Amino acid sequence: MGAAPSEVTSNQPMLLTVDSLVKYYGGLCVTDHVNLSVAHGEIHALIGPNGAGKTTLINQITGAVASDAGRIFLSGHEVTTWSMAKRARAGMSRSYQINALVASFSALENVLLAVQAGRGHNFHFFKPVMQEQQMVQEANAFLDRVGFGDDRGQRVAALAYGQQRLVEVAMAMATHPRLLLLDEPMAGLGPTESERMIELLDSLRADYGMLLVEHDMQAVFALANRISVLVYGQVLLCDTPANVRMSELVREAYLGDEDLQ
Amino acid sequence: MVDSTTASATPTLAERVDRRVWVAGFLMLLFALVPLYAWLADDVYVLTYFGRMLIFALAAVGLNLILGFGAMASLGHAMYFGFGAYTVGILSTWGVANGWLHLSVALAVTVLIAVPVGWIALRTRGMAFIMITLAFAQLFFYVFVSLRSFGGDEGLSLTELSGFGALTGNKYAIYLSLLLTLILVLWFTHRLVKSRFGLVLRASRHNEPRLNALGTASQPYRLVAYVLSAQICAVAGFFMANLTGFVSPSLMSWLISAEFMVMVLLGGMGTVFGPVIGAAGLLLIEDGLKTVTEHWPLILGPLIVLAVIWLRQGLWGLMAPSGSKQASSADQGDH
Amino acid sequence: MTLNLVLGQALNGLQFGILLFLMAAGLTLVFGIMSFVNLAHGSLYMFGAYFAATVASHSGSFVLAIFLAMVLIFLLGAAIDRAGLSILHRRSHLDQVLATFGLVLFSNELVRVVWGNAPIYMDAPDYLSDAVNIFGLNYPAYRFAIIVAGLLVALGLYLLIERTRIGMLIRAGASNRKMVSALGVNIAWLNRFVFALGAGLAGLAGALVGPILSVEPGMGEPVLILTLVVIVIGGIGSIRGAFFGAIVVGLVDTMGRVFVPIWLRAAFDPAMATAIGPALASMLVYLLMAVILAFKPEGLFPVRARG
Repeated sequence: MGAAPSEVTSNQPMLLTVDSLVKYYGGLCVTDHVNLSVAHGEIHALIGPNGAGKTTLINQITGAVASDAGRIFLSGHEVTTWSMAKRARAGMSRSYQINALVASFSALENVLLAVQAGRGHNFHFFKPVMQEQQMVQEANAFLDRVGFGDDRGQRVAALAYGQQRLVEVAMAMATHPRLLLLDEPMAGLGPTESERMIELLDSLRADYGMLLVEHDMQAVFALANRISVLVYGQVLLCDTPANVRMSELVREAYLGDEDLQ
Repeated sequence: MVDSTTASATPTLAERVDRRVWVAGFLMLLFALVPLYAWLADDVYVLTYFGRMLIFALAAVGLNLILGFGAMASLGHAMYFGFGAYTVGILSTWGVANGWLHLSVALAVTVLIAVPVGWIALRTRGMAFIMITLAFAQLFFYVFVSLRSFGGDEGLSLTELSGFGALTGNKYAIYLSLLLTLILVLWFTHRLVKSRFGLVLRASRHNEPRLNALGTASQPYRLVAYVLSAQICAVAGFFMANLTGFVSPSLMSWLISAEFMVMVLLGGMGTVFGPVIGAAGLLLIEDGLKTVTEHWPLILGPLIVLAVIWLRQGLWGLMAPSGSKQASSADQGDH
Repeated sequence: MTLNLVLGQALNGLQFGILLFLMAAGLTLVFGIMSFVNLAHGSLYMFGAYFAATVASHSGSFVLAIFLAMVLIFLLGAAIDRAGLSILHRRSHLDQVLATFGLVLFSNELVRVVWGNAPIYMDAPDYLSDAVNIFGLNYPAYRFAIIVAGLLVALGLYLLIERTRIGMLIRAGASNRKMVSALGVNIAWLNRFVFALGAGLAGLAGALVGPILSVEPGMGEPVLILTLVVIVIGGIGSIRGAFFGAIVVGLVDTMGRVFVPIWLRAAFDPAMATAIGPALASMLVYLLMAVILAFKPEGLFPVRARG
């Protein structure tokens, strides 16, 4: 198992382009002129020591946080000033580092929430969602795709953590996005579950463009077409996994932090 | 492979639905029997007594739509109750008697006010939302207090009620149409919380950023829910004016808003039928205490404090079979 | 519309604003530090008024009445906190609102039981029952004294918050509760002190108001609601916001009630003016709140809370 770092197709416009993004929190520069791109069919990993600003970057790309300078493009359209909801409807989707599921909903209802979000407005007051055959089938299909094996009618708060994580990913997929921003999908998973998640993400590669924030180096090197290394808000290096592994710069930055096998 | 269309109909859930549906049905039957008793015993007062209970139940069900299912704690909903009542009062005083017109105007006025008020209030959350809704209700309270031509502070006795032909002012007709309205609103709420709209509303309680990230801006949905709940309270007010023949600003006082909230809490927030239990329960407790002592708030006050501290799921919530981990639209204990 | 009228009403507005500030300071501090909303704050104000009136009529000393009322309500606040109100700190704001609502019902009835339903009265002391001359206007000395006393208390509060160690802990707690307790400060004592301080201020406001308003059951709630408006306008958790918000609300409400009908009568026919005048005047403060919130939902001086 291991993805050969494939060539990034250059005859299509990039799915995501981040151009010179800047963000300050008070006097602290947390995003320092970051440039990034993700192509369709690519898994672009974003790694870096804790506090490097990875989640903040994801927040700016999705629109949860406003940047101080710089631009963001989705399939060639500038989305820098767009609201989160608008970007999502344009094909951007994310999963959260800490599960952001609706705790009182079942797994099925959580994914349905995502499915229905992708289907126009939701000012439908009378028909129970569970009776919308097409949407329920679709939601179930997504749960199948991620390999969710537990009780779909049970409150997610009662599920095992690993299963919750799967629902997280299913929700991110269920809006039919083109760009997936995954914030540490492996976080908190045991070895078997991590393996399965890696397989899942690998199988999704061709259908989406993915920006994958991760600490799990095994996953990163197994999956990534390209890796960007973020340190103190700056992209130190953006290159193929092989080159990143050999880079002195990266080794220094990671000294004592991670073990680059 | 779990059959998705019956995902929520596993044995434990069905059992739970059955038991409480029976109790709810039984209670509504009791309410329906009141006119029969009134007719047999020639005691019209009973209709007023239980009618008042139904009115508060209706208002509580309306408030619960946003409070229980949307976590929007409006401490000002009595103002819509007052609008409904005053529409009847003001139109009657002006000689406009048609009942359907009264109702339509009440609903229209409510929308006109609820949209801007809701829009402003919903820009805030939590405590600020509570305070702002309270402040708006006070605004209208004082407006009606200063309307001396409609009784002002002392209220207005209606010489004419909403005109419905031969049924105008007929207590039986009022009571039965009120009961029917409550049943309709309960059914509507039941469908709403399971609908696509309901899913968004319930998700918007704690997960607004997630909703936004999925592409659904939650504010419009919350505003619509707010307006709908305001209209239900207005309808309750409309019936109040007709049942008692009297309107006064005290119908819009914050004490009434707080009572609505207590009823929702007591009954069980986030359940469809809970508020009915809460309303009937609180009114019965108040009346019971009144027979014991004229200083009944001395007892009710602490009871409310205790209920808030210990009765988190409400009376209706207590009746749910415990241990069920199935997700249902009754999102309880989440407040 | 004479200058004297404007000046007089402005001073009244200032006086009302000062009283609102005394109420708002306590409420906003308690909310800022403990994230606790106390609807029964109005009841503390009411008890302050009743205690002061009672002490004044029994002892004949006005100063003793004010002082004792403030101290007693301060202690009452500490006692309530100790007795278990703190159980609500961990609960949702909705729960706090409903529970303290129960306390309001109880308090209003308690007052009826002990003092009866009819309003009781308190006289201003002789040495303040005259008028003082302010820029040519003869203004009631008592009201002027309230302004002075209130400003002194505001100054004292400012010094306490900005210049003492306890004030520093309060400010720290307002922006980061968890941090303060992580630093080893006995958060329970700090909370109790802040709550009691807020109560004392409310009691003082109630005591001061005795001679100019009737002391009766339910007197606390209208003031409480205006206090909430002050806090919302000023920014929840901010003392500075409470001060400015209180002065603004006091001035707008007082002057509005007097001048709006006058202006309406000048612009419209008398019948129309009498019909909508009082209504519009009552609405003024809330309209102001609505406008401010439409642009700044967090209030004018929001406290940036972290954690």
